[in-house]
Amino acid sequence: MIKYTEDHEWIAVDGDIATIGITDHAQNALGDVVFVELPEVGAAYGQGDDAAVVESVKAASEVYAPISGEVTEVNSALEDDPSLVNSSATDAGWFFKLKIADSNELDEMMDEDAYSDFIAD
Amino acid sequence: MSMNSEGRPTGLENVEATTTKFESYSGHQGLRLAEPLIYEIGSTELTGVDFEDLEEFDAQLGGVERQSEIGCAGLAEPDVMRHYTRLSRRNYGIDMGVFPLGSCTMKHNPRLNEKIARLPGFSNVHPLQPMSTVQGAIELMEELSTWLTRMTNMPVVALSPKAGAHGELCGVMAMRKAHEAKGDARSVVLCPESAHGTNPATAAFCGYKVKAIPAKDNGRVDMQALIASLDETVAAVMLTNPNTCGLFENEVRQIADAIHDNGSYFYCDGANFNAIAGKVCPGDLGVDAMHFNLHKTFSTPHGGGGPGSGPVVFSDRLKDYVPVPYIVNDAEGKFALKEWLEIEGDTSFGRLTAFHGQMGMYTRALTYMLSHGIDGIKQASEDAVLNANYVQASLKEDMSLAFDSYCMHECLFDDGFLKDTGVTTLDFAKAMIDEGYHPMTMYFPLVVHGAMLVEPTESESKYNLDQFIRSMKGLAAEAKSGNKQRFLAAPYHAPYARLDETLAARKPILRYENNES
Amino acid sequence: MRYLPLSDADRQDMLSTIGASNVDALFSDVPAEFLNAKIDLPTRKTELEVERHMSKLAAKNTAAGSVPFFVGAGAYHHHVPSSVDHLIQRGEFLTAYTPYQPEIAQGTLQVIFEFQTQVAQLTGMDVANASMYDGSTGCAEAIMMARRVTRKKKAILAGNLHPHYREVCLTQTQYTDDELVSQAANPSDPEAELQAVIDAIDDTTSCVLVQNPDVFGNVRDLTAVAEKAHAHKALLVAVFTEVVSLGALKSPGEMGADIVVGEGQSIGNGLNFGGPYVGLFATNQKYVRQMPGRLCGQTVDADGKRGFVLTLSTREQHIRREKATSNICTNSGLCALAFSIHMSLLGEKGIRQLAMVNHKKTLDLKTALNSIEGVEVLNKAFFNEITLRITGDATDVVEKLAKKDIIAGVPGGRLFPNAGLDDHILLAATECVTDDDIAALTAGLKEVL
Repeated sequence: MIKYTEDHEWIAVDGDIATIGITDHAQNALGDVVFVELPEVGAAYGQGDDAAVVESVKAASEVYAPISGEVTEVNSALEDDPSLVNSSATDAGWFFKLKIADSNELDEMMDEDAYSDFIAD
Repeated sequence: MSMNSEGRPTGLENVEATTTKFESYSGHQGLRLAEPLIYEIGSTELTGVDFEDLEEFDAQLGGVERQSEIGCAGLAEPDVMRHYTRLSRRNYGIDMGVFPLGSCTMKHNPRLNEKIARLPGFSNVHPLQPMSTVQGAIELMEELSTWLTRMTNMPVVALSPKAGAHGELCGVMAMRKAHEAKGDARSVVLCPESAHGTNPATAAFCGYKVKAIPAKDNGRVDMQALIASLDETVAAVMLTNPNTCGLFENEVRQIADAIHDNGSYFYCDGANFNAIAGKVCPGDLGVDAMHFNLHKTFSTPHGGGGPGSGPVVFSDRLKDYVPVPYIVNDAEGKFALKEWLEIEGDTSFGRLTAFHGQMGMYTRALTYMLSHGIDGIKQASEDAVLNANYVQASLKEDMSLAFDSYCMHECLFDDGFLKDTGVTTLDFAKAMIDEGYHPMTMYFPLVVHGAMLVEPTESESKYNLDQFIRSMKGLAAEAKSGNKQRFLAAPYHAPYARLDETLAARKPILRYENNES
Repeated sequence: MRYLPLSDADRQDMLSTIGASNVDALFSDVPAEFLNAKIDLPTRKTELEVERHMSKLAAKNTAAGSVPFFVGAGAYHHHVPSSVDHLIQRGEFLTAYTPYQPEIAQGTLQVIFEFQTQVAQLTGMDVANASMYDGSTGCAEAIMMARRVTRKKKAILAGNLHPHYREVCLTQTQYTDDELVSQAANPSDPEAELQAVIDAIDDTTSCVLVQNPDVFGNVRDLTAVAEKAHAHKALLVAVFTEVVSLGALKSPGEMGADIVVGEGQSIGNGLNFGGPYVGLFATNQKYVRQMPGRLCGQTVDADGKRGFVLTLSTREQHIRREKATSNICTNSGLCALAFSIHMSLLGEKGIRQLAMVNHKKTLDLKTALNSIEGVEVLNKAFFNEITLRITGDATDVVEKLAKKDIIAGVPGGRLFPNAGLDDHILLAATECVTDDDIAALTAGLKEVL
């Protein structure tokens, strides 16, 4: 199951683990990504907390924890090759994984069609 | 007649136009001279400075003598002259042409300023020599203070901030101190969305939460929204006036009254003072603190990125909270600098910099002021506003104005006229380089899409402006006619082609490394 | 007015193009009661008149080059080669802006890249930024950077840090999350001052600021401080006010510093009564994204030619706004250029020679002053500054010497009010000091003591 937030993040749920990244639309708006600052494994976040930073040459954006949970894994490949966010935003360019604390938080989020409409506005 | 045996062709019969380029053996191209890094041409064995010979002696360095190589390359003086002369020729400066960089006020830097700043009585005095031996230096600071306070109709000035952003810090710190003195620091500072990035950064630095105030469609702050945001948590409101859209906030007095009625302070970012110096006194508008940028309004050189100078004037409400040092008169009527907070009862918020601030800039700024006189400063403001409006009026059909009303000293275009051309603001700016101009400020303020902020300053003659306007009209027409190539690969005629900023940020190389060793 | 190129006829022409009847019509947004305020200030002057006026003011000051001169304590009277000032006055450098348009600012950018390299080499660190306002503001920035790196708040300021630097740190961090612990000055026992810092380091410490040579001129090895700091995951911020000392001393990097901050005025820049100066700031590669200020990096242009751009600017205020690493917007470009030119003239060989000449002059000064009854030089190891304890009031003595046209140094009480240092004088001797100057000071001191 993949859900989307209004902050242009995607969240892929597999059991009680959620993988989080930014959408293709978001990477396109950022331009060439040059640096990604990832959270530490074990860090706990509430929904909406700043968890990571993604930087292009001219912009820096916070990446929020779309749901509450504890970081179980981070994509360290981004530290060596941040361009993965541009080339593969929804796959190899994932940011971090969370152990979901409250799956009800997912209910608010958009599915793919809703997100497509959201960015078309 | 006597025959000239030195005849040689002097016309152009056999010379073709030079349209073809070829590589040179040297790497130079005529007057475009290549120049490697100092490390590639110098050596650690060379020096361009001679010293007296030292006899052998026993050092007293406590066993902490340097054992390792430093690695700094040296050169003899002739090569140093060449190195920096060649490098300088890759730079664009005000001395070369129009520099319409909005919000930066790139006006002419009079050379008298440079001469005066170099008088040994100013340039070669130490900040900590006995005050009896620097009476002229402190008097100069006093005289500069008189100009700054009278021009703003505000009672006191703190000279020491080292730049505009440092001045903001000075102003907001004094405000916080004043609130604390009343037993309540409050927690919020309001900044318009169009503000310089330093404003919110400064407020955050002083421990405040920043709330944005929206702008109206006419480019001014939404006064109703601002007033609605005023409550007992608001410590200060930071406005730029004239604002970053190049417009005077016409409701500024009502805004100031609302701020004061709320027990808050009014900070004015004085970056755009060049539009109103000698015409309008910010103190009359209800401003509590405002920084000047001496490097903008008063012509101290930008120097490729500093040094700046950002003195701050304060209203009566804040005058007890200014930082040290400040000028006092001692018992004998001599000038002195108060350098320390007293243990008891001193309300100053502290010290912003070692010593007394940017004296070298005070000297240049005061020289500018004396040269112009208040009449000349007023004339300069009028000319700056006239020049900007002339550019705006001449280009409004060709480009797209962000706000269609008279502007102050800078005019703001958006990228509407480039719609569907495939040319961006950045491309348009780079094409201006080929026209021999420094681009205008681009993508700022953030409230306008693809912003282009043009500030000609009073230093431009009508001839220069007409030529600039012709160029801009031409470029706008080219972009609309679909000649994308001229923009997308621009600049063609600069010392360098477009540089790869992505590569620089992904793989940062921040110093020279000798990769052969 | 000689700097304004518009004629009255031009102004009329332009107004009619705009469609405005007069210039005040353009100011119609300004409420009428505030426009054309009466301002009581003098009117314009010719170049000659301005020069006359300013020369009179300048003549009221005693310039360092004109008398025996021994003032240091954070700003130093050095000789700057003539070519430096000639080059920085080239309009392409002097009247350029921050290099935001790299295609037409490669001159400034290459200079910054060379400057960053020179500063990194001198300090023994990996990377340096494009400069700060000055050494004192750099210290405050270092404290905040250490907080970002270590995520701890407590910064310890060693006792023999320049008092202005201390005050600037205290002022600038009043409202940040930093907690500063300030230790007491100890002019006569620099090792004890260092030990106090070592003893104070614990797991809550984010960084320690130690100055070397310290404000009294003492030279120490900071390795033990670095070791203790690192054992507690804290950073050593090594501070200097006299950059020439790096030509003679083990570099801060070699002593284990994590951040190095200092004043670069001594190289390329005049005294200027306290500013503008040039702050030097260096650190190691792993902390580069937490470093404040501008940075220049190498890249290529579209033709594959090596060039330079400002980079990693997402740390800065114009992008991060309230989340920036610092509110600083500018650096000290022209002063950094002067530094870099002077440094290129010196090279490794020159900076080492210059440093040893400075040290030798100070050694001679120490020897001469120690021979005076009622004068004690406190320093055992020093570079080009020493501190005296005298019998008498230092302010009074310095003032009496100034009347004899000898500028003797800084009275302890001026830098440390109410700290019991009113009988101390801080002196510096650079390459500008002659044997005659030392003799004049010695004779003068004998007379007034």
